[in-house]
Amino acid sequence: MAASLLSQAMKRCSAHTCAAATFRRALSSGAATPSVFTRFLLKLSHYFYDVENILNWNDWLRSQAVIRKNRLFGYAQKNFGNNIAAAYYILTLRGSFRFAGQSEWYRPDSRGRFSYDFMSTPDTQIEEVDLSGTLINHNGLENLVKQSKLQTLSLRGCPEVDDWFLACLHVFGESLVELDLSHCSRITVGGLAALQNLRKLQWLDISGLPQLQNPGLVRILLEEMLPHCRVNGVEYEQGLIQPDSQEQTEDHHEASTNTGHL
Amino acid sequence: MWRKLFTSVPAFRAVKAPFRSFKSSSRGAEKDFFKDLDAQLRAFRDKAAAAMPGSDWSPIELTPGLPPERADVVIVGGGVVGWSIAYWLKRKERVRDGLKVLVVEKDPTYSQASTVLSCGGIRQQFSLKENIQLSLFSAHFMKNINNHLSVVNEDPVDLQFNHSGYLFLASEKSAHIMEENYRTQRYAGAKVTLLSPSQLKERYPWMNTDGVALASLGLENEGWFDPWSLLNALRRKAVSMGVHECFGEVTGFKCAANLAETTDGEVLNLQRIKYVNVRMPNSLEYQPVECAIVINAAGANSGQIASMLGIGSGPKESVSGVPFPVEPRKRFVYVVHCPDGPGLDTPFLIDYSGVYCRREGLGGNYITGMSPEETEEPDISNLDVDHDFFQEKVWHRLAHRVPAFEQLKVSSAWAGFYDYNTFDQNGIIGLHPLVPNMYFATGFSGHGLQQSPAVGLGVAELILDGGYKTIDLSAFDLKRILLQEPILESNIV
Repeated sequence: MAASLLSQAMKRCSAHTCAAATFRRALSSGAATPSVFTRFLLKLSHYFYDVENILNWNDWLRSQAVIRKNRLFGYAQKNFGNNIAAAYYILTLRGSFRFAGQSEWYRPDSRGRFSYDFMSTPDTQIEEVDLSGTLINHNGLENLVKQSKLQTLSLRGCPEVDDWFLACLHVFGESLVELDLSHCSRITVGGLAALQNLRKLQWLDISGLPQLQNPGLVRILLEEMLPHCRVNGVEYEQGLIQPDSQEQTEDHHEASTNTGHL
Repeated sequence: MWRKLFTSVPAFRAVKAPFRSFKSSSRGAEKDFFKDLDAQLRAFRDKAAAAMPGSDWSPIELTPGLPPERADVVIVGGGVVGWSIAYWLKRKERVRDGLKVLVVEKDPTYSQASTVLSCGGIRQQFSLKENIQLSLFSAHFMKNINNHLSVVNEDPVDLQFNHSGYLFLASEKSAHIMEENYRTQRYAGAKVTLLSPSQLKERYPWMNTDGVALASLGLENEGWFDPWSLLNALRRKAVSMGVHECFGEVTGFKCAANLAETTDGEVLNLQRIKYVNVRMPNSLEYQPVECAIVINAAGANSGQIASMLGIGSGPKESVSGVPFPVEPRKRFVYVVHCPDGPGLDTPFLIDYSGVYCRREGLGGNYITGMSPEETEEPDISNLDVDHDFFQEKVWHRLAHRVPAFEQLKVSSAWAGFYDYNTFDQNGIIGLHPLVPNMYFATGFSGHGLQQSPAVGLGVAELILDGGYKTIDLSAFDLKRILLQEPILESNIV
């Protein structure tokens, strides 16, 4: 009791610290306005060390969850082969995939449960993977590197996909045809430069990337870098400073009429 | 009439005058007191706050910024290597505050520090296995940098890493060396690929492949980043873990001398450092810091620190006559603007003639430079840039390799020092036989930044665990200089 009172007093005496790392990230990753509850917790964390510690535990638990989801599926790889292990990994992440030579997609249901039918298929490589909205990161990609026939990869809205992940995609350089990177908040131009290794890429989606300052310029540079690739999702005008050309012409007219009068 | 009476007695008036002024001053003093009440209360409140516990006021006037009088480890040099060592020492200490670490940096503005003047590249394309392992570890460190260096309540670390990779070009003569290096690099775990001239032309149509026999491209963990962000991240985390920082210059050491006899019968003077004299900036005042271990991470000035201990000033044939072989070498970096230059896929291009070039930003700016010949080393007394060097030596080689660079404009340039190891251009890590408690971590000859996280861990393991645990850096030990056994790295830029 006394300790918490003392900590309260110390909190009030010390200067107000910046926002907690979680909420800073949550605020910057795209949530337009955080909920009332989040803002209330943030305010409390400025005053009480206890609340600040709880918020940091929350952050730590979330990062541990990501690490656990992206561990290497070594047991499955050793006992069932790389393809089955990769399939199992994708399904546990709540992604979906399609084997090469088959047309049926294996998906988990809305609660994340899936059937183990994929284990009975002959050992084929995976051709299309949909990992949108999952927690995949560069560690988890280790489970998929042996899929040398991967043609389509969708990473729409993955919060943990960053530039290092894009640099690791070079393993699919000879097979990847379609890549969807929209709404991945951690990707910057430095990572997009690493896509130069995907020589067979024909379709790329880079819409909704908040860290790109000049999306139009990036689109031009990407099209120059990958000549056979169609870059979608951004217009050439995005990121340009739009001069008010109409206002300028009006001023010119006014000035000329004034001088005419004078 | 009364006034006339008084004018004839000026003394009387004079006597009265002080009374009058005293009266007026007392009334004025009361008026002043009430007018100044605000200021008086404020002064009283400030004094009360200073007197309460929690304020840093002390009746003894101390110089601000003095280092502590005693520390366990003193790290000379506040560059990226020094702060990396400080961070890893704090991370590996078993008991909280078990190790008191002090980092001494000469220049708070870092105006001449090699760290911030560097191009910021990181590559695994070396010929020595240890170099590859060091930079691979550093790349993995930077991959997970927020797991290592994030501080509560602060922004996450952003290194602005560009993953464009390094592209080395080899002529006919050096193609076999490149192939051998490729094998070593793949074996050590680096992701590198070899390209033939036709593949190179297909991939980089803006390049002129005349004279190129083979090229080596880094696919992953290679590129460039912002060295200032890394330095600040390491510093912020280390300070949050309790490392003391001091801005001052190390001007000397106070040592205890012991005599030791070698197997040849030669008597050596071993100096054990007891105190490090740290002189305050713009002052003659110095503080002797009592310490147990000193780490020399002073970069280009490491040779100067070593000579303060008498290394190199003994008789020519003895161990103490071998000078510490690290000296500053000036290198120029030019920022050029070329609107038609290569685009986003420009790697960090390194030609076999020694010219290097990388993209900077998205606006058609590039950073380029070249290492001068051994005989034409520029003057190291200042950091002035020699623009003629670009015109005469760099430009034509650059334009030969990338024809678009025939039309370019030099926007700006800067110069920085390499902590150049004149012996074999590789890092020096370890103890000197003549100074049993000074660890060296210097002489990286332009690769200090990219190897710094791993070197920091290596030195921390050497000090706290007694030996290397993660990466075996015994090849970089100092004794190779005394035994005259160089380990040569062939891919120096």
